[in-house]
Amino acid sequence: MPINMKILVCISNVPDTTSKINFTSGDSKFDTAGVQFVINPNDEFGLTRAMWFKEKQGATLHVATVGGAGTEPTIRKALAIGADEAIRIDAEPSDGYFVARQLAEIVKVGEYDLIIAGRESIDYNGGMVPGIMAALLGMNFVNTCISLEIEENKVTAIREIDGGKEKITTNLPLIIGGQKGLVQESDLRIPNMRGIMMARQKKLQVAPAIDAPQVTRDLSFDKPAPKGNIKMIDAGNVGELVELLHKEAKVI
Amino acid sequence: MSVLVYTESENGKFKKNAYEVASYAHEVARKMGTSVTAIAFHTEAPEVLGSYGVARVLRVTSDALATFNARAYASVIARAAQKESATVLVISSSTDSRFLGAILAGKLKAGYVPNVVAVPEGISPIVVRRTVFSNKGFAHSQIDAAIGIIGVSSNAFGHKENPVEVAVEDFEPAMKDSDFSTRSVEIDKVQGKTTIADADIVVSGGRGLKGPENWGMIEELAEVLGAATACSKPVSDLGWRPHSEHVGQTGKPVASKLYVAVGISGAIQHLAGVSASKVKVVINSDPEAPFFKAADYGIVGDAFKVVPELIEKLKEFKAQNA
Repeated sequence: MPINMKILVCISNVPDTTSKINFTSGDSKFDTAGVQFVINPNDEFGLTRAMWFKEKQGATLHVATVGGAGTEPTIRKALAIGADEAIRIDAEPSDGYFVARQLAEIVKVGEYDLIIAGRESIDYNGGMVPGIMAALLGMNFVNTCISLEIEENKVTAIREIDGGKEKITTNLPLIIGGQKGLVQESDLRIPNMRGIMMARQKKLQVAPAIDAPQVTRDLSFDKPAPKGNIKMIDAGNVGELVELLHKEAKVI
Repeated sequence: MSVLVYTESENGKFKKNAYEVASYAHEVARKMGTSVTAIAFHTEAPEVLGSYGVARVLRVTSDALATFNARAYASVIARAAQKESATVLVISSSTDSRFLGAILAGKLKAGYVPNVVAVPEGISPIVVRRTVFSNKGFAHSQIDAAIGIIGVSSNAFGHKENPVEVAVEDFEPAMKDSDFSTRSVEIDKVQGKTTIADADIVVSGGRGLKGPENWGMIEELAEVLGAATACSKPVSDLGWRPHSEHVGQTGKPVASKLYVAVGISGAIQHLAGVSASKVKVVINSDPEAPFFKAADYGIVGDAFKVVPELIEKLKEFKAQNA
């Protein structure tokens, strides 16, 4: 890795995976009542991999998010895990294009070598922020990245493809869309008391948003129709299931 | 004004999702009063797209573009979009298409809406229904940019035949070195096996199977059904199965016609990931497993007895209906 590699991990503030999803204001908004917000799981795998580069190879590690003051507990958690500094771009993350433009600006100013974002956020599932950033910045990009090794400025990455994986070589500067596999679930870190105390002293810069358009808009939301009643089949009569799948469900 | 569709292929053949996105693009073009142009890389018989309503195919044959490269393909597709004055671009929601779709959105300053589950509700401006919150909800999203990219969820629309006369034209835009600055050096993929993304039927195993050594019957059930195999998150976390088989909120989404869950209790994250599947069958020894509340057919019983018997019955069924 290069001397003093600078890493930016982009973090999305999302509802915990166990959250019940409801909509409010005439189904025009996500109902945040009673919802606990966390670091987007795909971003957390990336953050944990970034900690490895920091601890083993001396990289500098910054985190950034686009969001209001309410996202600060989430970004403080990233500092408590071990990031050196945080940047919060003070704007509502209105769509993927807008968010990518904001983060691309941070990358330009901060001259980062490696930008780690998640494959997608688990709330709106857009999965486009790292790719749009790569196009805006003309940078190399590996999506659904499950392994990342860096020597000098040479990169060997593995990405998940449908039904397998693909090994890719490229160079820094690089953007990745990360996910589980970059590190394992068991490698994820829970901030300890010392980390939490230290995080309070770390720099959390609030930056104004740059002008950027919103190109998509969610007009309204709805929820899947409730499931009809399940048909139970006796374990001693498995043939009936085959019959039902053929004649009733018509899927075989 | 036209509709451009990126039709994926592999080893010279269109993937199944190519016909679905072509069918979808035809429906969008019909509503807009225009026609569909497809962009196809290294395909032996691009004219088959005419059956699905594609009027023109831009065929790319350069050696450098023989295998998928997101950045290079995105450059070619962006050039094709400009050439065709495309205002709508239709792609699939496969891993590859999502990879290049995001790059294209940045290049074209396009409004990109992935995970779309139905034909547009509005055309000017475009409004589409898509899944959000990992299938726990839907959004009706409007595109406010001059160019829109619609990412169609797999199996959401299906193949629809709309035969039209098709013209095939070679398309070889000049490439830059930077288009190839990420290089594929090795692909590790089981050949001839149905992938979760492409499968009509998915057979999935959970912790109830007790260990990786018991996956033989899952594989066999999948084989007799022509299905892909999948697993729950704990199974992938334990290393019993590769992460590429993990389905659910942080794994792969499943939108198959039939989803068979064996020994999976049905955590909320798993149910979200598979909720787009049309028919769900649950086999579990615990009658209180939450999955039974979200399934269409259920069997309470020991998987080690039920699954082998199900395999036998399916073989008999296949023999009778062959």
